[in-house]
Amino acid sequence: MDVKRYPRVGETIFHERLENGLAVYVAAKEEFNRSYAFFATHYGGMDMRFRTDGEWQDTPAGVAHFLEHKMFDMPHGNALQTLSANGASPNAFTGIDVTGYYFSTREHFEENLRTLLSFVSTPYFTKESVDKEQGIIGQEIRMVEDDPENQVFFAMLAGLYQNHPIRTNIIGTVQSISQITADTLYACHRAFYDPANMALCVAGNVDPKRVLSLAREILPPKGGEPVERDYGGEEALEAVCRRTQLEMEVSTPIFQLGWKVRPARAGEDRMSRRVLFELALEVLLGTSSPLYAELYSQGLVNQNYSYGYEEHDGCAFLTVGGESPDPDALMERIMARGERIAAEGVDEALFHRLKKASYGAWVRSLNSFEHLCIGMAQAHFAKTDFLTFPQIYDKLEKQQIEAVLREYITPERAALAVVMPKEEL
Amino acid sequence: MLSVTQYELFPGVRLTAVHTKKFKSTVLGAQLLAPLDRRSASRNALVPPVLRRGTLRHPDLESLTRALDELYGGALDSAVRKKGEVQCLGFHGSFLDEAYAPKGSGILEQATELLSELLLRPVTEKGGFLPEYVEGERKNLIEQIRARKNDKRRYADFRLIQEMCAQEPYGVARLGDEGEARAVTAQELWSGYEQLLRTSPLELYCCGSAEPERMAELFSRAFAALPRGERLTECEGSVRLHVGDQAPRVVEEELDVTQGKLSLGFRTGGACIWEESYPALLLFNAVYGGSTTSKLFLNVRERMSLCYYASSAIEKFKGILRVSSGVAFEHYGQARDEILSQLEQCRAGNISREELEGARRQVVGELMTTSDSQSALENYWLGQAVAGLSETPEELARRVEQVTLEQVVETAASLELDTIYFLKGKER
Repeated sequence: MDVKRYPRVGETIFHERLENGLAVYVAAKEEFNRSYAFFATHYGGMDMRFRTDGEWQDTPAGVAHFLEHKMFDMPHGNALQTLSANGASPNAFTGIDVTGYYFSTREHFEENLRTLLSFVSTPYFTKESVDKEQGIIGQEIRMVEDDPENQVFFAMLAGLYQNHPIRTNIIGTVQSISQITADTLYACHRAFYDPANMALCVAGNVDPKRVLSLAREILPPKGGEPVERDYGGEEALEAVCRRTQLEMEVSTPIFQLGWKVRPARAGEDRMSRRVLFELALEVLLGTSSPLYAELYSQGLVNQNYSYGYEEHDGCAFLTVGGESPDPDALMERIMARGERIAAEGVDEALFHRLKKASYGAWVRSLNSFEHLCIGMAQAHFAKTDFLTFPQIYDKLEKQQIEAVLREYITPERAALAVVMPKEEL
Repeated sequence: MLSVTQYELFPGVRLTAVHTKKFKSTVLGAQLLAPLDRRSASRNALVPPVLRRGTLRHPDLESLTRALDELYGGALDSAVRKKGEVQCLGFHGSFLDEAYAPKGSGILEQATELLSELLLRPVTEKGGFLPEYVEGERKNLIEQIRARKNDKRRYADFRLIQEMCAQEPYGVARLGDEGEARAVTAQELWSGYEQLLRTSPLELYCCGSAEPERMAELFSRAFAALPRGERLTECEGSVRLHVGDQAPRVVEEELDVTQGKLSLGFRTGGACIWEESYPALLLFNAVYGGSTTSKLFLNVRERMSLCYYASSAIEKFKGILRVSSGVAFEHYGQARDEILSQLEQCRAGNISREELEGARRQVVGELMTTSDSQSALENYWLGQAVAGLSETPEELARRVEQVTLEQVVETAASLELDTIYFLKGKER
């Protein structure tokens, strides 16, 4: 077991890669009552086409999420109930390239961890239970269809990407999930819920050695080979559709603007990219930027405003979203500012101030066990180290920010999606 | 270890200082407490965001942001909250804890100073707020009020309470209503603000590694300029014990949605935060619909697949329990009947030992881990301040441990259905 110390952010992480390939990370924190365990597979909504036993498999949109729901079923009951009855608050989520199962608990941590590891590694699906789940997820899909923020986000992604499956909504459609059978679920579980494709991250009042021995005891001793996945091949950095408009029952236009970024090359550190791209957004349009102050004062944006950088295998993008009375004018302003900064350079004082501010915000975000554990798991899947950001900030120079803005904040790379209020009939 | 110390800094001005070294941030807060009232709700709600636009020393957003950035990306956000029939108006801040900043950075001195500046020393013009700021924030407020319907789940819960408590202050929305937000004049806003400063109790809060004594000193210094007046000692809240003769009222509304939203509102027969029966209410809620082992989750969702969510929640200051559910339009009747029949099960005492103990573990677990989250701590202690209580979450957890099955059944028996709200799709 390795012990990694990160004194600048006050974290000590116990780490080991087990014989079966599972990565385990533990942040022991005695002063907390609560413990949190996050068990994740590097498999999400975008992993629809993959090769097993030499054969390419095409699975329906929404299968990773469907599988997440059905994993809780055990031959002798439901793991959600077992965990809840034992004092834990369990849940799960399916992301673009990760599915995570977790619980938070004050008591019986080891017993609950045992349950978590067991149910996620035990596939148990029947025709009846799969049929029944179609009803529940069908309702969840309806809910998502009424959620303007979700709709606008995926509309933006569909505007950016031609082939990459990130353009497909994680949850699928009523039609796509109707094709899912118990066999589909078994096949996906076998392909992706392999210890070598998974990570276990724990934070709280726990003994790291016990976490390791429980993982060894419950999970299979051997891991498999990585499964090859198809994300539609390399695609041009131009957006496919620069503007998409939807209409929904909303009070004000809701927008999502994205810029397509070249995905990381083999060996490129994704953590360094993330820090760089996020700071570039802060400089351009972050809540501390001069542009935001102007836009806010002019009523072009309000408090519902968020932005970020996302990277997954084969795709990466910068994005900003929120509410605006005039998303097109807003986009124009942002693009013009990007151009100006690219030409005139980033103000030195602003650069240092934002570096200081985003560094502080990063450190503060580590208060959250969820943020820490999910961050460590995602960094592991991206073959990087989550807690090295202080060193990255130290080395960051403003010319790098300028280069990012020059290269990516251009009209060809951008896709705008807007949800407009439905006109009264 | 964590300790909670309270100081009466000035008459009506209290500091709750939570001392702990386990977080990487120091949380600060300052909230004025005002009675929730139809005539003042929107005006009050407009005060914190207008104040957040600029102070004497930092007259615009850019300058304020710069000051916060220099404090390692500190945050100081305006906050408008509704706790029972009290509106909490002020600021909530989070700063890098001194343990993680270079020595001598003076973060806390500057942060408390900035907090008091925001509340006490706004930038002014001709003895009032800057018209530009008032109009900008008025627009935002109106937009926020209209945006209620964007999130259909919350909208249904909001509409339920609005209908159910139409005759009570509790029926007033957190941000008031659009008409009021439009009508309030800049002059009224300014005098409303001055009156808040003079008469409202002020709840100050901090949570971090600094010694409470030092924090008390910093806050005393920063808030010494607060105008003195006669402070209301209490914001009273009313709890209606029973439903009216016409109950249950049924309200249906149409919007262009693909999923229906069903909300049911019950009076708890007086069970609320001030009553001895409060722990039983907490436990009953977890058994009925407040958890993934609850009857609503297991039956309405899991057994009958009627919905994606069906859960209950309590309004602890008001003696109300809400059930919310997202269902297909055609399952409306079936879902409603099942929700009510699960309540009958509770009333008949059909609660297994496992159900009761599972629910208890969850309620106790949640209370006992309040101290692990800075935002949960802040919210808990603000609630206690509003209620005029000082019980810690750990003490409340001990009371939950003592609740018997009979007490839970009694709570179920005292529930009365007041209003049913159903949001359905438009006929096409």
